Amino acid sequence: MGLALVLALIVAPEDADQGISQRIFYIHVPIALTAYFCFGLGAVKALLLLWRGDERYDLESYVAIHQGTIFGALTLITGAIWAKASWGVWWTWSSNQLVLFLVLFLFYCAYFMLRFSLEDGPRRARSSAVYALFGVALIPVSFLAIRLAEDFIHPTVFTRDGPQMSGSMFATFVVSWGAVTLLAYVLYRVELAGKRLDADLRELREALQ
Amino acid sequence: MIRGRGVEKRYGRKRALRGVDLAVPRGGFAVITGPNGSGKTTLLRLLVGLALPTRGDLLVDADRSRIGYLAHEPLVYRELSAVENLDLFGRLYRVPERRERIGMLLGRFALWEARNERVSTYSRGMTQRLALCRTLLHDPDLLVLDEPYSALDAEGTALLDEALETLAGQRTIVVATHEPDRLAPLQTASLGLA
Amino acid sequence: MTYLADVAALTRKDLRVELRGRDTLPAMLLFVLSTLVVFHFAIPADAGDNAAYGLLWVAIVFTALLGLARAWVPEQEHGVLDGLVLAPCDRSAIWLGKTLATLTFLLAAQAVALPAFVLFFEPLDATAIAGVLLADIGICAVGSLMSAMAAAGRAREVLLPLLVLPLAIPLIVGGVGAAVSEDGGRFLLFLLLYDAVFAVLSWASFEYVVTE
Repeated sequence: MGLALVLALIVAPEDADQGISQRIFYIHVPIALTAYFCFGLGAVKALLLLWRGDERYDLESYVAIHQGTIFGALTLITGAIWAKASWGVWWTWSSNQLVLFLVLFLFYCAYFMLRFSLEDGPRRARSSAVYALFGVALIPVSFLAIRLAEDFIHPTVFTRDGPQMSGSMFATFVVSWGAVTLLAYVLYRVELAGKRLDADLRELREALQ
Repeated sequence: MIRGRGVEKRYGRKRALRGVDLAVPRGGFAVITGPNGSGKTTLLRLLVGLALPTRGDLLVDADRSRIGYLAHEPLVYRELSAVENLDLFGRLYRVPERRERIGMLLGRFALWEARNERVSTYSRGMTQRLALCRTLLHDPDLLVLDEPYSALDAEGTALLDEALETLAGQRTIVVATHEPDRLAPLQTASLGLA
Repeated sequence: MTYLADVAALTRKDLRVELRGRDTLPAMLLFVLSTLVVFHFAIPADAGDNAAYGLLWVAIVFTALLGLARAWVPEQEHGVLDGLVLAPCDRSAIWLGKTLATLTFLLAAQAVALPAFVLFFEPLDATAIAGVLLADIGICAVGSLMSAMAAAGRAREVLLPLLVLPLAIPLIVGGVGAAVSEDGGRFLLFLLLYDAVFAVLSWASFEYVVTE
């Protein structure tokens, strides 16, 4: 599976015959979408935790959000590369997507700080779940806020090239998106399994004492 | 009234309470003993509903309005007076004839003179007596007391003995204590935690 | 109606505790005034007039954080929060009572800070003030919940700003926009939306944060 992923990721950019900035786009956007999806998944698991009370959901929610944050960081990095390639600067406030991701990235980093400061147990699971739900509520609200803020924040100096996608470009995009999603899914399962194994081992050890 | 089987409580990796079986009929008086760290407080918290067991079944036939809990901490506001504290909890517990009941309890536990002083001025014994008033304020069916004698002065100890004698048999009582002998004459069951 | 009676009793309690202890409100007042004075020295001469509004909002948010950090302290002394959670009342009433009390303190601090701001910097019109009021609601609603979450753990003084600031960003946008923009009404509507969404979310989730 890993091999297929790598292949897909390399093939996708090669198909693009535009400049580097377009190639980054094929990775940047799928990564962003995947990050959103992970946050959404984390929130769903959080809701299930609060609703059903089954603590297994805590780990699933945590791992999903962890993945989302990693992909969020990648979004910011690839976004910066894209900005450099397109406009010659490493950061720009005029890309609403990027600004939104920055806010969300800060929010979800605070998620880990929260988890870090609470002791393991139902309290931590529930507080994390509530915070995860606030996260997804924040996504649309922040987006609106950033749109409104265009009014009085920095003037839009750079025009955003919304890429018009032709057929082959679209196909490339979809392949790339699929590959990134698959990658995220694999990482999610791997991390979840690893953490579950950890927890099971601990329980076993305790039971034997 | 209380029935528990294999009740266990874990906080992440820490096991705070190992599997416990327990049955207390209505009107019973259960005494829980055990060294520090054996899970007495955890068990009591599970009984009143401040925490849920990680494993096992626990059935407590009383809802929040019928349970009175005396914790390690007094559970009263430092900056408010005895009357103000009891008035607040009286409202939250929907105690009928609140003012009369507060007056009666404060009198019974020798806090009437200090009733309008802030709790921050009280001695430890007085604060614990106020905590007792708060516990008994709404005339609960189930009384859960966590080492009630530990913070009491001589006066308070006598008053508590009196109160428990009156209530034993008419209410269900669960007490965690380091001094089981004191309650031996009243108890109907005992549970030792390791 | 007992729900509202519970909330009223709880809010009254918080106001009384603060009146006796006098820990939080004076600190908030002094902090916001000091911050405004600092801003005078911090803004370069050629910055636009509107920069002051941005700084006002920074001052408001951090003053609110000061109040929120202390919001649950009375409940932590002597473990009172357990006592409240055990009571038969709805747990969300505890949150609402605390939010209303914190809101009162914030408004009291602003009753001094806003006139000071107008005196030192720029005028404030009705839209701007409406923005302040709406944002106050949002920040107290969300902040009360986050403060309760942080209070259960270590490093709570550091954790609270981390939890609240990302959530406060939309509020700052709304507030500054209301003060600065031509079409301030849009921003007021946005603040109303924020308040509706996050106040309801906070109200509903408090139960889960204080119980196990």
